[in-house]
Amino acid sequence: MTTTDWPAALSEARLHVVSGKGGTGKTTVAAALALALASGGRRTLLVEVEGRQGIAQLFDTPPLPYEERKIAVAPGGGEVRALAVDAEAALLEYFELFYRLGMAGRTLRRMGAIEFATTLAPGLRDVLLTGKVKECVTRKDRDGRPVYDAVVLDAPPTGRVVNFLDVTAAMADLAKSGPIHTQAKGVVQLLHSPLTAVHLVTLLEDLPVTETLETVDELVAAGMRPGAVIANQVRPQWLPDRSVAAAAGGRVDAERVRAGLASAGLDLPADVVDGLVAETVEHAQRVHAESAALARLDTEPTRPLPRLELPRLIEGVDLGALYELAEELTEQGVSVNAVPVA
Amino acid sequence: MSPTKVAPRLDVDELLDDPETKVIVCCGSGGVGKTTTSAALAVRAAERGRRAVVLTIDPAKRLAQALGLEQLDNAPGKVEAAGGDLHAMMLDMRRTFDEMVQAHAEPDRAEKILSNPFYQTISSSFSGTQEYMAMEKLGQLAATGEWDLIVVDTPPSRSALDFLDAPQRMSTFLDGRMIRLLTAPARAGGRGLLKIVGAGFSLFAKAVSTIIGGQLLADASAFVQAFDTMFGGFRERANATYQLLRSPGTAFVVVAAPEPDALREAAYFVDRLSEEEMPLAGLVLNRTHPALAPLSAAKARDAADGLRGAPLAAAVLRLHADRVDLAEREERLLARFTSAHPTVAVTEVPVVAEVADLDGLREIGERLATDRAATLTPERKLRSAR
Repeated sequence: MTTTDWPAALSEARLHVVSGKGGTGKTTVAAALALALASGGRRTLLVEVEGRQGIAQLFDTPPLPYEERKIAVAPGGGEVRALAVDAEAALLEYFELFYRLGMAGRTLRRMGAIEFATTLAPGLRDVLLTGKVKECVTRKDRDGRPVYDAVVLDAPPTGRVVNFLDVTAAMADLAKSGPIHTQAKGVVQLLHSPLTAVHLVTLLEDLPVTETLETVDELVAAGMRPGAVIANQVRPQWLPDRSVAAAAGGRVDAERVRAGLASAGLDLPADVVDGLVAETVEHAQRVHAESAALARLDTEPTRPLPRLELPRLIEGVDLGALYELAEELTEQGVSVNAVPVA
Repeated sequence: MSPTKVAPRLDVDELLDDPETKVIVCCGSGGVGKTTTSAALAVRAAERGRRAVVLTIDPAKRLAQALGLEQLDNAPGKVEAAGGDLHAMMLDMRRTFDEMVQAHAEPDRAEKILSNPFYQTISSSFSGTQEYMAMEKLGQLAATGEWDLIVVDTPPSRSALDFLDAPQRMSTFLDGRMIRLLTAPARAGGRGLLKIVGAGFSLFAKAVSTIIGGQLLADASAFVQAFDTMFGGFRERANATYQLLRSPGTAFVVVAAPEPDALREAAYFVDRLSEEEMPLAGLVLNRTHPALAPLSAAKARDAADGLRGAPLAAAVLRLHADRVDLAEREERLLARFTSAHPTVAVTEVPVVAEVADLDGLREIGERLATDRAATLTPERKLRSAR
């Protein structure tokens, strides 16, 4: 595998935003990243913002409340906490803090008024969600040490992520002063600083790679920093390189396959060998498409992007598998530097 | 192992050929191949003699080209290369909304709505507008009576349920009650629940306007007022479309990839359809990887381990073993779905490389309609299980 690995600059980042096209496994990768960054005694926070309880499903725990909870112990004694941010709860939190709504707050929520307010200004939702994330990144304990070494955000998919992160644009919807405005300014600063990296998860297929490359351009245009491209569900290549092109074009020497199998004591009828050959052609086509996708990731961006690779796990992703994936990331250099006390 | 339930088979050709099938709605979570499935169903229906139209939402470039959809014109265009009478279109959300406003309001009022800044927001970025407009367009296509069969793709979203929920959310939003409360809580309130939280609400309205700014609130209020008069017709229309979805002429096809998340979403959706008494045709399990040769993974790996000097045969055995593992996992996932939903008919569509033209869509159509269970003889199945 020719991975570019994890450059030192990414270890300076404290907010790791993870996005990707739907179906590429971004939640899984975000979770594995949070585990990897926590290994060796660090503490990380894994945040989701889309109300889908993807983290709880992945870690097989009951639905997460709007509250930071420990969900896993990392290799080498670190810990991962998780938080499901909910825009309505975040808005109520503000109202409590600045306007003392008291009991009325809950009733308003039941009536749908809170949802209405967050719907009225679509930008408000994003400002509230990113605002909460920023608060987690910058929160310090009594000794002035950041509570989290790193925060990993399972962000909306590539189609929406730049809009979501581009709080500057969202602020146009909001009043030009007041507590939320102040908070939003802080978010803009954090997201455009070297403390933030936006990683993109992709499969080695044409469409997700196209979306990844488009998103990289959008991020750069919005003044944000693309982090690593994480190629997920990479499958092994069994055919020798020299055979791939021919096999992908349907040229597999069935007689040679049959003879080879016979030498291993497998005397298979012709239709079974045909089935194996058909599988081989499909395998070669996939390998061929994957190398084309990798080549696009290598050549199309104007600046080279660090790339990590994660294998496809045939048995699917359970808690054990998450640790496996985290270890893969650690081996490819994923880490976070200790944060100096401010 | 416990005996696994076998799902009834979704007979796609029977569904497409039935003159009673007027509308097919393809649903499923994002990234499972809904758009391609919709297009393949429409191509097949047309080539089997039905006058068909497919409404796609945001198709990938090559798929759009395959259907001759290089330009957005928000009306069906004939797909000349198809063997039958096939039309295709791509939803233009903004234009559908504009046209709906123009159709329902007096010209000067329509002008007022269209130029309101808040309308610009809601018609382009409100989550739910796309679903609402897809329904509106479906209603329009159905009303023309021009088509034997309308195949509808649904907007990409995390959850298949969004398609059913979004229009409701949108009507609640446009209903105007909340906005009146926010802009003039004193006048609108005064009864029931509101009385109790009246004071809280004034405070809330003040807080909201502090946060989102008075201008936006004023725009929103002007918009809802202008919208209010046409809203009766608007909501009636949404209800009519909703009834169309519940009628026996409609068939929902749920598309899922053989992955736990996609199947979980499919299960939620199936339950929801039955709650709403909406007609489900079945599940398309898309992009499966069935083993094409009856040889167990363990046997293949053993043989590969023992091979010397036959790299091609060894590679073939190892890639076959991986494929069998994957196929078995996919079968287990499907079996789990089927044991919870034993009556849902299923068809499996083995994966094809990217669909770039009509032939690609025909191939998918062929796979949709093929009874995979019949293509493997019982003897082969037995051998592959060993």
